[in-house]
Amino acid sequence: MNNMLVIIKKELARFFGDKRLVFTTAIMPGLLIFLMYTLMGEGLMREFTTEEDYIAKAYVRNMPAELESSLKELPVEWEIWDGGNPASDQVLQEIAEGERDGLLVFPDRFMQDMLAYEAGQGEAPNVEIYYNSEESNSGAFRSAAVRFLDQLEESVANKFDINRGEGSLGDYDRVSEQSVMGQLLAGLLPMLIMTFIFSGCTAVAPESIAGEKERGTIATLLVTPMKRSALALGKIVSLSVIALLAGLSSFLGTILSLPKLMTDEVDFGAASYTALDYGLLFAVILSTVLVTVAVISLISAGAKSVKEASTAIAPFLSVIVIVSLLPLFHLGGGGKVADLIPLYNSVMTMNGIFSFESSVSDVVITVLVNFAAAGILGGILTKMFSSEKVMFNR
Amino acid sequence: MEELIQVKELCKTFKLSAKQQKLEKTKEKTKVAVDGLSFTAYKGEVFGLLGPNGAGKTTTLRMLATLIRPDSGDALLDGVSVTKDPETVRSRIGFLTSELKLEDFFSPNYLFQFFASLYGVPQDKALARREELFSRFGIDRFAEVKVGDLSTGMKQKVSLVISLVHDPDIIIFDEPTNGLDVLTAKVVTDFLLDLRAQGKTILLSTHIFSLIEKICDRVGIMISGKMAVCDTLEKICGGKSLEDRFFEVYREKAGDLE
Repeated sequence: MNNMLVIIKKELARFFGDKRLVFTTAIMPGLLIFLMYTLMGEGLMREFTTEEDYIAKAYVRNMPAELESSLKELPVEWEIWDGGNPASDQVLQEIAEGERDGLLVFPDRFMQDMLAYEAGQGEAPNVEIYYNSEESNSGAFRSAAVRFLDQLEESVANKFDINRGEGSLGDYDRVSEQSVMGQLLAGLLPMLIMTFIFSGCTAVAPESIAGEKERGTIATLLVTPMKRSALALGKIVSLSVIALLAGLSSFLGTILSLPKLMTDEVDFGAASYTALDYGLLFAVILSTVLVTVAVISLISAGAKSVKEASTAIAPFLSVIVIVSLLPLFHLGGGGKVADLIPLYNSVMTMNGIFSFESSVSDVVITVLVNFAAAGILGGILTKMFSSEKVMFNR
Repeated sequence: MEELIQVKELCKTFKLSAKQQKLEKTKEKTKVAVDGLSFTAYKGEVFGLLGPNGAGKTTTLRMLATLIRPDSGDALLDGVSVTKDPETVRSRIGFLTSELKLEDFFSPNYLFQFFASLYGVPQDKALARREELFSRFGIDRFAEVKVGDLSTGMKQKVSLVISLVHDPDIIIFDEPTNGLDVLTAKVVTDFLLDLRAQGKTILLSTHIFSLIEKICDRVGIMISGKMAVCDTLEKICGGKSLEDRFFEVYREKAGDLE
């Protein structure tokens, strides 16, 4: 016990004493994720929104007199175009180059033909909208024109409505705003958390175990009277603390930048988790870190060098990612059996916590199972530290 | 005389990889490194294991330090078996070999304290010992310099001092003066003589004749994993130089020199 603390203290002194290591492991990931997601969010926003008071510049051909006043209410500066139909190359070129936002072409005698048309008899009159989907302003023009024409069509031939007024009232959809938010986070966050935990662990464990083996410093520890189990547990606990820090940094970066990434479509305030939820989540994360560190430590102990360890760890990442993606596709059932599989149970339990469907007993089982798994893996690591074949293979 | 180190019929065989087989020019899948080795070192003496490269000296010392397990046979250090109670053996010996490295990131001060804790040395004792050993080896001026920034010689001195952090009665050194300049080598040799004067039992391996002649009471000459000769220095030499005697023994046991 005492020697385990000595090892933990040394590992932490090694980590926190190295400012570069602290920066690259515990600060940079979160900072990078925050900056990257924030920039991405802003870029997306710029891409898909137009300035609110933007007036589109568009051509219109054969504008029916009956529609003139309502067309002019749209945020569009119309220019009458009298050229022939189909549209001339020059106009289409202007739209392609983004100089004009679009061209609206009504057929000749549009109003008369349209009003006289009976559904199912011959071809209906066709209104053409030329636009450029690459230009967001042109896209906005198209949407405005389509909306306008849809309304026109509805107003002349409205047989029935569905959910009239939905959207503004929102009382048809009985889903709670909290649950929508929960589903979204439940699909996304477990995977992010799992990968962050994994990257936190891989940042430190191979270096601390395979690296010490490679440099011959672990042999110096092995000639001391310390029990191999103290070394194994000391390594697992201290590496878990560091991995937790690294994971936390990435997690904070993500949480803080998510609102920016999702712009205004999502109201994060709606997902209000209680202190209990956060407590349970922390317990799950902690137990997951222990298992992950233990697995990576085992792989590292078997490897001859840090490089070999990193190569050997890569497939483990794929497993983690696949397992974490299961809830996103609503695959993989919950239930008691799922609770008994380490790491998979973490994903399912976190999914439950975020979607407000977890039970404390699920979390307790998950945490206990993970602790037990970490214990067993720690036992195997102890055996590996005792084996001359593992520790001194060259 | 008290028999502090008793080595009984130690055997160790290593598996050879295909690559090693090629290097050794052999088709054998295994190599016998130590082959039924027995010897005894008495309390307060310096016992030297002499032998060419590959004779099994280092393997023997690693078995005594419990880093690797013998295939058969056993060794008792201060009455404790290396196979049955390796932890107690480790607490009673100081072991130094070039394969044991110190972490570059830490200072000698930190490492001394760290290993003192692992060996269970009380704080006040550790401090006094650190002061004494650091000043003796001139480490005190570099006590706060990271090991990675020290010279090779200084690193080796720090390794040596740390291997003795718990003031063990049995000291096992593998090639203690290898890679050291003559000045540093003398500091180490003098220190070993001091330790003998304090009543410590020292087992060292080397292929340097002069080191053996200077400090060893008894010598074992190892050839191909076996003990060829083992006796006091005077009896082995019988008036000749150790070097001449070594080549005689070698011719006798291993045939002509290649």
